[in-house]
This record gives sequence, C-alpha cells and structure tokens, in this order.
Amino acid sequence: MPSIEMTNPAALPADWRDIVALTKPRVMSLVVFTGLCGMLAAPQLPPLVLGFTAILCIALAAGACGALNQWYEADLDAKMRRTAKRPLPDGRMDRQSALHFGVGLGAFSVLLMGLATNWLAAVLLAVSILFYVLVYTVWLKPRTPQNIVIGGAAGAFPPLIGWVAATGHFATLPLLLFAIIFLWTPPHFWALSMFVRSDYAAAGIPMLPVVAGIQNTRKQIFFYSLPMAAAAAAPWALGLTGPIYGAAATGLSLAFVVLAALVLASSAAKPSEMRAEKRLFGFSVLYLFALFAALVADRWLVW
Amino acid sequence: MVKFEDEVVRRQRERARITAWLLGAFVVLLFFITIAKTGINW
Repeated sequence: MPSIEMTNPAALPADWRDIVALTKPRVMSLVVFTGLCGMLAAPQLPPLVLGFTAILCIALAAGACGALNQWYEADLDAKMRRTAKRPLPDGRMDRQSALHFGVGLGAFSVLLMGLATNWLAAVLLAVSILFYVLVYTVWLKPRTPQNIVIGGAAGAFPPLIGWVAATGHFATLPLLLFAIIFLWTPPHFWALSMFVRSDYAAAGIPMLPVVAGIQNTRKQIFFYSLPMAAAAAAPWALGLTGPIYGAAATGLSLAFVVLAALVLASSAAKPSEMRAEKRLFGFSVLYLFALFAALVADRWLVW
Repeated sequence: MVKFEDEVVRRQRERARITAWLLGAFVVLLFFITIAKTGINW
C-alpha cells in the first residue's frame, strides 16, 4: 500500500479490511461451526434459507462481540505484543466508529434472528452478546482470575442457539453441548495464557498464570479437563447420540486428558520451552471441531 | 506519495461500493426469508 501524506491515520475513514479485522474472523469460524453443528444435530431442520440466516446471525453477533471487545480493550491491547497491531491500538481506526459498528451489528443480528427464525433464539443471541461484552469483557476479565471460567459461558451459546433456531425450544442435548464448551474453555485459554502470560501481566489482566503461578495453572488445566471429558461423554452415555459420537468423544477426550496430564507433569518456565502447553492448546481447537463434526456425522449417518 | 484527500475519496468509494453490495444481498435475503416464512412452494 502506498504511503499517505499525513500523520494521523485515525482521521481517515477506516479501511474495510480493518473493519473486518475488528470482528475477529478466526474466532468467528469456531463459533459459526459449533452453531451450525448445534443446528444440524437438531431433530428437525428449518428451510435452507432460514437455517443459513440463523448461522449468519450467529456469525454477525460474534463479529459484534469482537468489535465491542476491541473497543473496550483498545488501551489494554496496545500494551500486549499479540494485539498491539489491531486496528484500534495501531491508530488505523477511531474508537467511536468501532463502538457504533459493534452496537449496530449486534442489534441487527438479533433483529434478523427474531424475524427469520424465532424470538427465543433471538433472545439467546442477545443474552450471549450482552454476557460476552458486559459480564466477561467489562466486569470479570479485568477483575478476577476466574474470568475465563464464568466468561466461557458466552462462547458456549452458539450450539444452543443453533438448536433453538431450528426447533424453537430447549432440549437436553444442546444443554450438554453448552456444558462441553463451557468446561472446555478454561483448559483451552489457560494453556494459551501460560505461554503469553508476560503479555497479560504487562496489560494488568489477572489471568490465572499471572495471579496464581504456572504450576497452579497446570493443576487447574488438568482438573478441568476431567469434568470436560465427562460432559463430552454424557450425550452418548445418556443415549442421546449413537456410536460414532461415542467413539469420537471417548478417543478425543482421552487424548485431551493425556495431553493435560503432560502439561501437569511439565516444569518448563520459559514460554519457548512450553511444548506441552502449546500442544494442548493446538489440540484443544482440533478437539472441539472433531467432537462437533462427530456429533453431526452421528446424527445424519446413524441416529 | 498519495495525497490525503485522494486517500479519503478512495476509501469512501470502496466502502460505498461494499455497502451497496451488502444492502443488495440483504434485500435478496429478505425476499427469500419472506418466501420461506410464508411457506410458498415454487
């Protein structure tokens, strides 16, 4: 891109690429995938265009959460190497535009969800946005090392919303899917925060490794992986899914617990030496994708 | 070196074009949502 004859880039209208970056597209992909799987696991499917719209609304709501998170945390992001190049801390966009964009996108996604599917799904979508922005970002994250434990609920909503958008009501299976993501979030984020803890410390965010130390965090990662594995097996144990999901949940959860045990056994102190934590973090993303893919495969091939 | 005013115009045009496409896509989506909600079969 050619250089521009100016010193204050925030005075320019934001580039569309920066507006897209504000929505955290990579985070959105996991949210959209779990929402889609929640919908595809439901006993009845909505017409194609309504199903597509429901998933679009989940994606837009996730984008709104990303934008509002970056709007609120622009000062903190500037202090962390991992986030300093985002549009707001880098000065490529002004905060007011990010706020307007986030609020507008969130309101639009809720309204469209209500009009296209049902208002219960729209209310759940609104609750998930408000929970992520107000409860997690504004309230918990800067105050307590338990931020990700309670805040993890925000990321657990998509499969529930996908299911409710398709059926119009709650059921045991989507509530268990909610529980799986809720219990998966702490070991996933704590594994990441182990090797970027200097960033969190610099920004003054009380993530568990910063406040309680890395050995204590290793114990918590392992102990949280056990109820997560139990929650992952529950849909099969309760007879809500078939053998494909049962086999996948057992194998994947066993691998997760073994990798968490390797983290527990590790004594690496430098981020560059934290191979066990990096391996668990990488596997945790694959774990969720594979578990939900198995759920859909089970529903369509066996159940 | 690109002039500030030229860059402003370029970005505004680019955003206007994208907004127009998104609005168009939204109108088409609303049309199909209406068809699906009213249960019309082609």
